[in-house]
Amino acid sequence: MMMDRRDVLVSGTSAAALGMLPWAALAQDAEPEKTLEELIAEFTGGAEVTEGEGIMLDAPEIAENGNTVPISVEAEGASEILVLAPGNPVLPVATFKFGELAGKHAASTRIRLAQTQDVTAVAKLADGKFVRTAANVKVTIGGCGG
Amino acid sequence: MAENVKPRVRVPKTASAGEVITIKTLISHQMESGQRKDKDGNVIPRSIINHFSVSFNGAPVLDVAMEPAISTNPYFEFEAKVPESGEFLFTWKDDDGSVYEDRQSIEVS
Repeated sequence: MMMDRRDVLVSGTSAAALGMLPWAALAQDAEPEKTLEELIAEFTGGAEVTEGEGIMLDAPEIAENGNTVPISVEAEGASEILVLAPGNPVLPVATFKFGELAGKHAASTRIRLAQTQDVTAVAKLADGKFVRTAANVKVTIGGCGG
Repeated sequence: MAENVKPRVRVPKTASAGEVITIKTLISHQMESGQRKDKDGNVIPRSIINHFSVSFNGAPVLDVAMEPAISTNPYFEFEAKVPESGEFLFTWKDDDGSVYEDRQSIEVS
């Protein structure tokens, strides 16, 4: 991911100011309202979802700071991509909808992860089919191997 | 809650017709998740930017529904096609009803 020095400083200091421990510590005692599969079914309207082909989810294997984890998703010709974090207290992360002037159907952002988990992305492709993929991210709290 | 919200957007100044350009956006916002508690154990209410959209001369480029899992100071990087000279409009919508906008024009030769 490309960030200039200023971006690094801004995100770094604000993450430190917020404190990363409370958010992660709270994650365990809040019950998610809907399960991962329920949310995916809601997104697809119950249609069949195939694994892999046609969708790419890029995330670091190890995230030292769960408060800001860079991810990027890409699905050629997709109209929508849903990103879910099954290990978070609130599973949905973001839904990207691509318009007619979108270039490559890809986007990068930074997300919060409460714990080590399989970040999941589901895309609605141009032909109306759905594909999903997942990437395991290890979250080491405090950066000293939690 | 939404003080000092400042959008920063990077769009190239020029492009050739039909070129695909990369756009980076950052907006300063604390993105309070609604999961944290204060010193007295009270939940700090959620206060996030819940929606981000980009259009070019009125045509949609990207539309993002955002949840509390988006990090502080939401950052997005994506690509857009520019068929002609014009203006990008970036819009962020806050939980408290505020709308933040930024415009960037691009010259197509």
